[in-house]
Amino acid sequence: MISINPFSEIGTFIPSFVMQTYVVAMFLLVIGATIFDVIHKKSAKYFFNNSVKAKKSATRNVGSGEKASLAFKTATNEVLTSSEFCSTRRRLAHLLTMYGFVLFVIATAVMIFSYSAPNSMTPSIWPLMWHLGAAMLCLGGYWFWFFIRVDVAAEGNKWYRVMRADLFVLSLIAMATFALIWSYLQSSQIAIWQTLFFGLFIISSTVLFGGVLWSKFAHMFYKPAAAYQKRVTKADGSRENLPEPADLPEKFGLGIKREAPRHY
Amino acid sequence: MPTFVYMTRCDGCGHCVDICPSDIMHIDKTIRRAVNIEPNMCWECYSCVKACPQNAIDARGYTDFAPLGHSVRVLREEEKGTISWKIKFRDGREKNFLSPITTQPWGEKIPKLGELEVPDQEALDSQLLCFEPDALNVETGLPVISKDKLKEGVYY
Repeated sequence: MISINPFSEIGTFIPSFVMQTYVVAMFLLVIGATIFDVIHKKSAKYFFNNSVKAKKSATRNVGSGEKASLAFKTATNEVLTSSEFCSTRRRLAHLLTMYGFVLFVIATAVMIFSYSAPNSMTPSIWPLMWHLGAAMLCLGGYWFWFFIRVDVAAEGNKWYRVMRADLFVLSLIAMATFALIWSYLQSSQIAIWQTLFFGLFIISSTVLFGGVLWSKFAHMFYKPAAAYQKRVTKADGSRENLPEPADLPEKFGLGIKREAPRHY
Repeated sequence: MPTFVYMTRCDGCGHCVDICPSDIMHIDKTIRRAVNIEPNMCWECYSCVKACPQNAIDARGYTDFAPLGHSVRVLREEEKGTISWKIKFRDGREKNFLSPITTQPWGEKIPKLGELEVPDQEALDSQLLCFEPDALNVETGLPVISKDKLKEGVYY
């Protein structure tokens, strides 16, 4: 199962250009909806005004070299290793879903654009990456959904209480789950169920990529911008009006670490 | 001064939801970030402000005595055991305050209620709270005011 390209298997029923058009349409939907979202919610304007305000209370100038170094640090810390999360569990779950999503999307694009013809020979690395990405998405996603999600962990709600904020994570988990089930059924040659789960896979991925306006999909674009701005404010001394760190030695150590929010 | 949340700084960890004694810090149903759902009911304890690991919660002053443009921000450093406050006035003046979180090593003075004797009905009906009057350091007990000493014009 994990070494078979599921898209070349269905290539006999669905022409390659249809699959490729679908991928391009999803890509355009994400870009278009994100740009519309930025304009509609005025988030770019907010970020710009915020940086102008921060500059006024800056105590020192940050040069372009230093800014580049801050951008690099943001990329290596906040983007690549999700260091902004204070909870290790959340960070791990986020890294699993993030890298799972990246692997899954890249492998899907490569397999559809290069190896979706019925008799094409797919290098085994791509199906392997696709299945690994889906499995990582499922692992991180279900861990988050059942145990880490703030509604469950801090608000004390049940895992089955669904609301609009769940659109992103639910469609993500559904896409990965249906993809794995579809791939399994395809390798087991169960035709009817295979078609059903392929349909569910397409519906969930369409909701994921087409629902950017209503979900928090766009956080993957604006979170790095917010993290970078935070680093700049620390470097230029404005510190978002926060006090300077106390000039005192570490007195109590980690024994004083705040408790995890689970008092329900 | 009720609190509010900067949505771009909040990561939805739930520490403020957990600590709020008024139960008014909740997670927004659309964007899963913290929000003060009822600022009028905020009793301004600043628990959420201090607990927020992202410094995403701030206090908004009432405009009659704290005009727009001011800022009150707090930084809690657990390892050092300190809380720093920075008050920035509208005209640019600043005041900084630094306080200890506790004057005792953490964990030493936490009462272990489970080890106390179970209170009887008389103790439960009493107006005294747990550890009172001993914890108040009043050797003669709590002061009692007789009814004839109460404010004139108030009837019981």
